[in-house]
This record gives sequence, structure tokens and C-alpha cells, in this order.
Amino acid sequence: MSKDPIVYPYIPNSVPEIKGRMLEEIGAGSTEELYAEIPSHLRFKGQLNLPEPILDEASIKRHVERLLQKNRNCAEYLSFLGAGCAQHYVPAVCDEINNRAEFLTAYVGESYADHGKWQAFFEYASLMGDLLEMDVLSCPLYDGPQAVATSLRMASRITGRTRVLLPESMGEETLSVVRNYLKGGGDSALQVDLIQFDPASGLVDIRDLKARLSDRTAAVVIENPGYLGVIETRAEEISRMVQAHGAELVVYADPISLGVMAPPASYGASFACGDFHPLGMHLLCGGGQGGFIATHDDMRYVAEFKDLMFGLTETVREGEYGFGEVLFERTSYGSREKGKEYTGTTTGLWAITAGVYLALLGPKGMQELGQVIMQKAQYAAKRIAGIPGVDVLFPTPFFKEFVVSFAGTGRSVKQVNQSLLEHRIIGGKDLSGEFPELGQSALYCVTEIMTKEDVDRLVTAVETVVGQG
Amino acid sequence: MGRNKATLLRKFHQARWDEEIICEMSVPGERGILVPRVEREIEAEVGDGVSMIPEGLRREKPAALPEVNQVRVLRHYLRLSQETMGADMTVDASEGTCTMKYSPKVHEQLVGNPGLRDIHPLQDEDTLQGILEVYFRLEEFLKEISGLDHFSFQPGGGAQGVYANACMVRAWHEARKDENRSEIITTLFSHPCDAASPATAGYKVVTLMPDESGYPDLEAMKAALSERTAGIFITNPEDTGIYNPRIDEFVKAAHEVGALCAYDQANANGILGITRAKEAGFDLCHFNIHKTFSSPHACMGHSTGAVGVAGELGRFLPVPRVTYNGTKYRLEYDRPESIGRVRCFFGNASTILRAYAWILQHGADGLREVAECSVLNNNYLLKKLSEIPGVVIQYAEGKRRLEQVRYSWDKLKQDTGVGTEDVMRRMADFGLQHYWMSHPPWIVPEPFTLEPCESYSKDDLDEYVAVLRQISREAYQDPQLVKNAPHNSVVHRVPSPGIDEPERIAVTWRQYQRKKRADSVKPQS
Amino acid sequence: MKTLGLIVNPVAGMGGRVGLKGSDGPEVLRLARERGATPEAPRRVSQALAAFAGTGDPVQWITCPGEMGEDVCRGVGLAPLVLSSIRGRETTWEDTERAAGLLLERGVDLLLFAGGDGTARNVCTAVGSRLVTLGIPAGVKIHSAVYAVTPRDAGELARRFLQGGLRSVREGEVMDIDEESYRQGVVDARLYGYLRVPVEDRYVQRMKAGGVASEAQALAGMAEEVVDSMQESEVFAIGPGTTTRAIMERLGLPGTLLGVDVVCNRRLVARDVSERELMDLTAGRRVKIVITVIGGQGYILGRGNQQIGPTLLRQVGKQGLLVIATKEKLASLGGRPLLVDTGDEALNRQLSGYLRVITGYEDYAIYKVGHS
Repeated sequence: MSKDPIVYPYIPNSVPEIKGRMLEEIGAGSTEELYAEIPSHLRFKGQLNLPEPILDEASIKRHVERLLQKNRNCAEYLSFLGAGCAQHYVPAVCDEINNRAEFLTAYVGESYADHGKWQAFFEYASLMGDLLEMDVLSCPLYDGPQAVATSLRMASRITGRTRVLLPESMGEETLSVVRNYLKGGGDSALQVDLIQFDPASGLVDIRDLKARLSDRTAAVVIENPGYLGVIETRAEEISRMVQAHGAELVVYADPISLGVMAPPASYGASFACGDFHPLGMHLLCGGGQGGFIATHDDMRYVAEFKDLMFGLTETVREGEYGFGEVLFERTSYGSREKGKEYTGTTTGLWAITAGVYLALLGPKGMQELGQVIMQKAQYAAKRIAGIPGVDVLFPTPFFKEFVVSFAGTGRSVKQVNQSLLEHRIIGGKDLSGEFPELGQSALYCVTEIMTKEDVDRLVTAVETVVGQG
Repeated sequence: MGRNKATLLRKFHQARWDEEIICEMSVPGERGILVPRVEREIEAEVGDGVSMIPEGLRREKPAALPEVNQVRVLRHYLRLSQETMGADMTVDASEGTCTMKYSPKVHEQLVGNPGLRDIHPLQDEDTLQGILEVYFRLEEFLKEISGLDHFSFQPGGGAQGVYANACMVRAWHEARKDENRSEIITTLFSHPCDAASPATAGYKVVTLMPDESGYPDLEAMKAALSERTAGIFITNPEDTGIYNPRIDEFVKAAHEVGALCAYDQANANGILGITRAKEAGFDLCHFNIHKTFSSPHACMGHSTGAVGVAGELGRFLPVPRVTYNGTKYRLEYDRPESIGRVRCFFGNASTILRAYAWILQHGADGLREVAECSVLNNNYLLKKLSEIPGVVIQYAEGKRRLEQVRYSWDKLKQDTGVGTEDVMRRMADFGLQHYWMSHPPWIVPEPFTLEPCESYSKDDLDEYVAVLRQISREAYQDPQLVKNAPHNSVVHRVPSPGIDEPERIAVTWRQYQRKKRADSVKPQS
Repeated sequence: MKTLGLIVNPVAGMGGRVGLKGSDGPEVLRLARERGATPEAPRRVSQALAAFAGTGDPVQWITCPGEMGEDVCRGVGLAPLVLSSIRGRETTWEDTERAAGLLLERGVDLLLFAGGDGTARNVCTAVGSRLVTLGIPAGVKIHSAVYAVTPRDAGELARRFLQGGLRSVREGEVMDIDEESYRQGVVDARLYGYLRVPVEDRYVQRMKAGGVASEAQALAGMAEEVVDSMQESEVFAIGPGTTTRAIMERLGLPGTLLGVDVVCNRRLVARDVSERELMDLTAGRRVKIVITVIGGQGYILGRGNQQIGPTLLRQVGKQGLLVIATKEKLASLGGRPLLVDTGDEALNRQLSGYLRVITGYEDYAIYKVGHS
């Protein structure tokens, strides 16, 4: 059976006549001739074993939509999952901007044709700087865990020390990235030591920190709020201890908490880092993450950032804004293996979106938002704690997440969550594998998108589920 | 009006809004968006919510963010978008090595589907069967395209993919108690991350310089290899678009000393279905999914660096792995020899979804058509550009290039004083994206690197060539015109765009304001 | 207003076209004229000055009378200030030195000179590192790394340097080649000194040419690598050059820039040694020799470091040679090999092949070595 050549809409020159004319122009008899440089023994001889193509747009759309229908999603279900990827409201303007073809399909263009992109990056850094009360941010990192890991390597380079302390209560998702990343550095690989947490409060155990902290410590990480949701109430005290040993304090912060919580810089952090996913990104199955690191305007710190930085300057026209690259040779683009770690394509579009988000929210919006989240989360915790057999573990103040123990119900988190699905509810993250010492516990996340009705629905469902025992 | 039919040139002017920085737009009291109110019952139950934050940890002073109404925020960012030359707007053969191919619009609709947009990575596997199937099937596709045996899509970009590969090389030697392998070897025309990512993983880096014909030097490679070599990280075709026909000999030599071989397939667009990592003997490879398999590049991400490995190395891949038991897709976390995670969760699902849909729309024949048309386009552009005064084609004379070429304006510079950066700035005046020059160090003088992938038509390329020919003509007739470019772009030339002096560094508005008061951020005249 | 000094060696290059490998000395010059040589320099200097035409940049030119600069300036429409105390005709090397000295007194922002190795040497004697200078290539012998690639490049570089677009300055070697033996086919090249020249950026992205910081960093890295490798009682012969000087700086030892210094146990054993002294100091010891690329042509042995002689090199062998150079320096060779010229053919062959070059701390390149 002979078939007509397919003309692909995404491949304009797949039209045979055009192809023929171009081949003629370059003096080749066939496209095959263009591969003359690849020796025969390196050629792939067969036909790739791929499915029959779905050529038309309508059919591919239907095919993929059917696949996606197999997923249960947090728009149709009520979800209490957070753990680094919480469901916040995404303003329509954020989607409008990051769906603009100009931003969506731009890449590494210079600052004339892509001036708008550079300005949007500058504004991202500026607005994050306002929120964090710090002067210096680079282009974004891959995600929050990467931001912690790089903060620690920066701290090590600055102090010349190689030991770092992280809270044991940090999520496995983050710790695993950090451990992997700090292993590099050959002889100077960073030694990771964990600070125990107080099982009663969920906070960093100050005595344990004291025992581990020394003049060889490069940096101490605290999370505020912590992975387990709690607000690190003794952050100022920790900060003083860390500074007394000449170490750097790295604070991993949830940026959406900063309308009501003090910026880490105010209690002595020399690094504020985290993930800006909450600022306008959808869940995207974990694809909406983006990392940030902020420091003060001190060249010892500025010189250690690993990613590109865009600085505001002027063009040849008096008063006209232009942009330039700051300390380009820090980066591996400029200096290959001698750059600070490696850089590459990360999460630019999400950084722009975070900027749009902060511009929309403004000071008042961020303040109100933080408050509403805390009120709703506290309400949910209070109601859940009222369910027989169910406890909220720590009496410590928390921001949007809290640990719920099902120990008293005789049911595992897995069982509870399975049953909740039948109520079209996605329960909190199961912590029983990650923190066996917390028993059958789950991390619940409540944000501004929840209503009282949603929380009440959860409570009724949990009551039903655990009552079935 | 319209494009001049004879010259193919446009009377172009990019949007120039002279837009302030958002921080300058604040009108006290304005609001961009209101947040959901808390119900009265909740307030009655828990109070104000924030007084439980201990003193000292409560924010005393609201953040100094601007106060801007929604209309103005939207308008501001729309204007900034107009001041950005996205690939959808132009013939982006400019950004060589970046494969600026068309990203089908239907994919954006699919990414906006709640079945992707609103799913959480920690949901029960039973509720993620659709996306896990996509991961699994895409892995099958890439196994076929590369010939390797296992893939992970966790890395959030190409450089992170190379990093994951370096970690796997490290884990492999550690598992064999082969502890003295402290070096990796790469070539200067491989992407900087092939040096930087292994260095971040703790390796010393040995670089091979190109020989006089621009090829990696096999003898130099042999001289570099030793029992200290952990692996080689090498791009092929290199950033010059030249295919290294002896690549298998490099691999063989490396294997002989017990090193692993990692193939950087960032430049794979011209070889899909033509040649693979497997046939060349590689143990690991990575693809830039967003480049070769079509995802919008999104102002430098989100993106995916897919890492593939052969055989035994599979046990070192990052967790979780997506598996299938014939009825159900699962996320497998319990893999004791895994390097762990290089990024949280399991990658950028939206990039994965787009790549899956894109490959499925092409099939085996279509992928080959992609490869052939990208190579055809490139050799066509090469032919046309070689006719422009001032352009030098360095290396591999008379040989066919694959998907891209590193060109040189060295002759133009010597004849007219107009160099590659001048030409680059001038391109913006004709509605083209600035081209990519080269990573440093420049071995090809006054370089520029073009990659006219399969998305561009013959007419697109003819227009592109017409612009470069025009700029060359201008350089010979009126060099100052080119040197003072751009003229029709968003802004004018920045006299000193490399900002290294502490007093000029202003990466945030706070910093700029402070330094402006000290009057030190102005460019030097 | 920026000031720019210009010195033209009007007879430079005259020997070249008539096969005379240089024009040092009145006798050779006479011979050249007899063979029909005409001055090359004025044409080349005009090519360089063309870069300033029509830019409208206010620059004060200061130059010598007549053929030493004034003529060519006026020829392209410039109105220079003329140093009247210098002769304008039948000039000698003494005039070049005197003119350079006067321009130093005036503190010009940049001193442009046209000539070859001899001219560079005269300028070097007069101004040392006190001025930023740049050579317009006009001479026959150019082994000194203080000349731009073409006259036009020189003009471009000079213009941009004065405008402030280029701020990186490097130290370029001034080589002193004995013309007489050169004519006999023997290159006897000494490293005479260094001039400060703006960094050529054909290979460097202008907007990203931080240059200075990263070069300093790379130098420090290479020095650290070498110092870390020093073992007890091993003797290190540190060859001449700014790159190797970084090692002495790292050790805190007062080394010489142009000579070979000997170090053992991180202490200075001797400075500026001759070949003989070096042989005595290294006899019966484990020895490492640290060398770098000298001059623009890629020589690592036999140009400016002849104190490291063939006898010692034979003893030490290839494995005892530590070659240090930045990747940028290697890249600028355009794929051409590094060169050795020990004066001993068999040894040259033995040292050829591939060498591991130290390009930074724990950072290496493998590079080809050949011989002429």
C-alpha cells in the first residue's frame, strides 16, 4: 500500500515540493545525504517502535483528556494536602499573564528584544525583597529544597566551614534533596547533622541544638513555619546562639505567611529561602514549584549566588531604564566548572507570576490573607481535635498546617484517607512512614480557599470514617 | 503595505511603553485583589488568628509592597509581555542550542485541564492513574528513542539532569568500592553544565580543547583517561553542529579504563530516529524535554531534564520511579541504592504531558521528519548565510552540519569594526530575537549560533537571511548605525551592561533606591 | 578630555617585504632601502586611526613630529599636539624611548605605538607598567604579546578603551629577539619585560568581559593547585611570567618576574638563576619545573625561559613539567599546539604529544604540544 507523504502542520517544510527546492539549493539529492557525517555503524537501522501517531488535533485532545480524566483532582475533591505544595487561590490575572504567548514562549533573549522579561524578573526580585526585607535575590531556583541546599553551600563558602545543622522535623522531600546536593564538593563535602525536635511541641530542641552547635558549624537551618506546621517561637533565641558561633542562620520560610509573620531578616537570618509556589501557582502535580534565596547587600554574599542576576541601570538615553547582568562570571554560564555550582533553565515563568501575585495582593492583601489562613486553619484544627479519638498533636502556634493523630481511633492514616476518598475528600499527608515516632499521624493543610462549610464537611466525614471502626 | 516583497524586510517597531517599575506605581489605598473573608462563626470561635504568633515573630510593619489596582497591574504586565519577543512572535532561529520549536497551542489547553492543573503530587496513586500512565508511556517512548533502558523525569532542567547523571556515576563507583575516581572529562564545545554539574557533584574537571578542525581530539582524550577517571560527559553533535563521527571510539577508550559515559543529548533534534545513545555505546544520557520534545521555554523554565541509563545503572535513578504491574501504575519509593532526590516530587508534569502528546502526534515517521527537516533547514540557512559578506564559517569545511551552526562575524569585524554584539542588537530592529552568541570562552571569534529547527518554513528562513544580509550591508556602509543599535526596540543601548562594581549592583528596587540616593548606579560615560 | 599618545616607528616593517626579517640598525635599514623597501608603518597606522574617524569623541592626540606620528595624524584629519623636542626624520630607537618618556610625563590615558618587537622593547624601557599601552602591528618580528591582531583591531580597542567600554588590562610579554641570529634562522628570544595592554575581546563577549576578577581567580586557583602539590624536599623551578608569578605570591616569596626562581619546602632557595646555577641546585634531587605560555605564539619552552635547559629537561622528563595557563589563553591559540624549542630536536620530540595543563584549582585541560 503506498501512502501519500504526510504534511505535518508543525513542520512547514514537510511539503515535498518545498523540500525538493531546498535540497536543490544546497546541492543535495536527498535528506539522507545530509547525514553523511554519521558513519553507518552509528546509525539506527530500524524503525522506532512507537505507537501509531494520532495526527489530528481533535483526536489528540480527546486522547489526552481521557487520560487526565482518570485522575481525581483537587477542584472536584476537597483536598487537605500541603507538605510543600499547598492549594492556594490563583488570581485570574496571574493565569492571564503567564499564559501570554510572549512570556510563555520566550527564553534566553537579551534585554532589548526581551526587555519586558528582564523587567518582570527585576520586579519579582524587588517585590520578594520587599516581602523579605532583604536586598538581593537572583533568578529563581528549581524549588524550595534546592534553595536550602544552595544556601548551605553558599554559607559554607562564606564561612570556610563544612558542618551544617538542619531540623530533624524537616520533610523527607526536602532533606533528601539537601543530602544529595551537599554530598558534592569532594573532600569538602558538607556534613549534615540533624537537630532533634521536641516531641511535645514539634519545635527545635534548643538543648540539642546547643550540644551540636560549634565554631565549626557553617550554618543552621530553621523552618518558620516548620514542615510540621508550627511557628518556631524561639527563633530569636536560636538566632543569637547561631550568631555567637559565627555561623549563618538560614531560615526556610513560607512566603505566603509573611503578611503576618516577621521576615526572617528581622530576627537575624542572613539567608531567607523557600519555595514561592504559594504565590500564584497551581498544583500542577508538583510542577509549580520555584525556589528563592535572599540575602542582604553584602558582597561576601552577593558573590556567592549561583544563578543569573539582572540589575537595573540606564541606557544611553538619559533616564531610560535598561538592564544588565550582574557578576556574570559567578555563574557556570560564564565560568563553566569554576562557576558557583551549576545554573540552568529553572522556573522563570513562575517567578514572573509570583511578582504579579505580590503586585496584586499588596501590603494589605498579604496581611489579610495571612490572617484569614491562620483563622481558618485554627478553626479546622479545633474542630478536628473535637472528634473522638482524633488529636491535634502540638499545642504550639502554627500557620496553615498541623499534625493530626488518628492513634486513638485504631485506624491507620492510610485507611482513613482511603475512606475519605469515598466522601470526595483527599486527607492530609500520611506522616507515619516519615515520622514513625508520631504514630498514625497526618499533616493537614488549610488555606484561604477553604470555607467553614468545607471544614465542617471534613469533620463530618472523619467522624463517619473513624466511627466505622 | 506589509513586508516588502522584494527585500523581505519589515518596517518594524517593537512595543515601547516606557513603563515604570511596578514599585513606582503605588497609590496608597488601592487594591489589586481582595482575599476571601473569614466567616463570622470562625472568627467567633478562634478570634483574630494572629495574636497567637509570639511577639517578635509577628510582622509589625506591613511589607513595603506597592498598592496598585487590578486594572493597572494587568495593564503593566501586559505591556511588559508586549516588550518581550516570545518565540511565537517571530522566526526564532536565533537561539541556537535552545531548539525554539513551536509548542502546539492545544497542549496549553491540556495543561489547563483540572486533571493536570489541580492534582497534587502526594495524592494516593489510585487518584493519579492518568498522569502516571503518561509518565510511564513517555518513558517507553524515550527508551526507544535513545536505546537506553530506564528513565527518570524528576530533574527540573537540563543542567539538573546532568547533575543527576553525575550523582549516578558517583553512586556506581561507590557501590563498587572504586573510590579513587575523582575526575570527569568533557569537551569545551559541550554545554557548560557538562563541566559545572559534575563539579558541583564533587568532581575535578578535565577539559578537552577542540583541534584545529573543531573536532574533539581523540588522542587528547586518551591522554586524559586514567584510573582516576569516573566518567566522560560529552555533547554530540557539539554546539558547533558538527557530529563527532568517532564518538564510539571515545566511549570505548573510556570504558577501557573503567569510566562511565554520559551523553548530553541537548542537541538531539536533528538525530531523532537517526542515531542513538545506545549505538554509540553510552551508559547514561539526558534530553532537554522542553527543547527537543516541545514545551514552551517559559522565560527560562519550568522545564525537564530527562535522564536515561542503561541496564544496571537503573537502580541508582532518583526516587520515586513510576512502575506498572499490568493493571496499576505505582510510585515506587523503596529503592535503597537510589541517589535520592534532585528535586522535590516527581518532576514537571506539564512538560511531561506536552512531550507525551507531541511525540504521539508524530510517531516514528514524524520524528524522523522532524530530524530531517531541522537538518535540511540548517544546511539551507548555512548555504544562504555563507553568501553574506562578513560571515565566516569556521571548521569542517565542505561537511554537512546537523541541526545548528556556530558562525563567525570575524571578517565583518575586521572589515568594518562591527562585531557580533553590534549585529545582535541590530536584529531587534527588524523584529527578530537576538541571536545566541556562544558560551565563553569564545573559540570561534565574534560568534553567533543559529538553530533553525523544523518549525520554520523556507519563507521564514529567507526573511531571516534577508535581515542578516541587510545588517551586513549596513555595517559596510554605515557602521555607526549598527553600533548604536537598537533603534526600533523597547529601549536603547545599555553602554555598560556587565555590572560588576558593587556600587552599581541593583537587583531589587530597594537596592536601586538606596544606591540612587548615593548616585552611584548610573552607567559610566 | 581623554589623552592619547602616539609613537610611530616609521621604518618598522621595512625589512619584511624584502626578506630581511627585521629593520633594527641603520645598516639593515640601508640594505632594505636598497632592495626597494618603502615605509609600511604609515599605512597601517592610518588603518588603526580610521576607528576614530567620525565618532566625534573628543580625544586629545599627542604625538611626535613628522613621520613619527604627526604626518599620519594630519593625513586622516586629526589635529594632534606635537612634541616639538623630538626629531621627525631619520629617527632611531633613542627617539622612541625619549618620546615614550615625554608621554609618560604627560600622563596620557593610553599610549599607542606602531612597530615591532624592538619598538615594544623601547616603550617598555621608558614606561614599564606606568602607562596603559597598545601596539599597532607594523613590524616584521612580532613575538611580543602587546600588539593587537590587526591595525584596525588596535584602533577599535584603543577607541573603546578610551570610551570606557573596556576596562580590563592584562600584562603582555615584551620579547626581545636577537635579529642577527634570527636572520641566521636561530630564534634567541628573551623575555624582556611586560607592558600593560587593554584586553583584546575578539574572543570575549563585550558585555560580559568582567575579565579581571575571573583572571585573578583563575591565577590564584592555579597557584593553589601547584602549591598543594609540593612535596617535602622536592625542588621546584618556577619559570618566568605573570602566570607563574602567582605561585610565588601565594607562597609569599619575593620571586622574579623575568627570571627562574628555585623553591624547596615552600622556601626560596635562589632567585633569577642561570642555567648553570639551576643545574647545580637540582643535582640529585626530585625536581618539578613550572612553566607557562610566553608570547603570543604558544611557546612554553625556549622563549624567555632558556635558563631551563635541555640537560635538566631530559632529566626531569615530561612528567616533571607542570604547565599552567588559563583556558582563555589556550582557546586563543585557535587549536594550534603549544610549542617547545629546547634547541635539541630529540628532546623536542620527546616533550611533544599531549600534556595535562593546569587551568585552575582541580581544573585541567589536555592540550597538544608540538615543536617548530
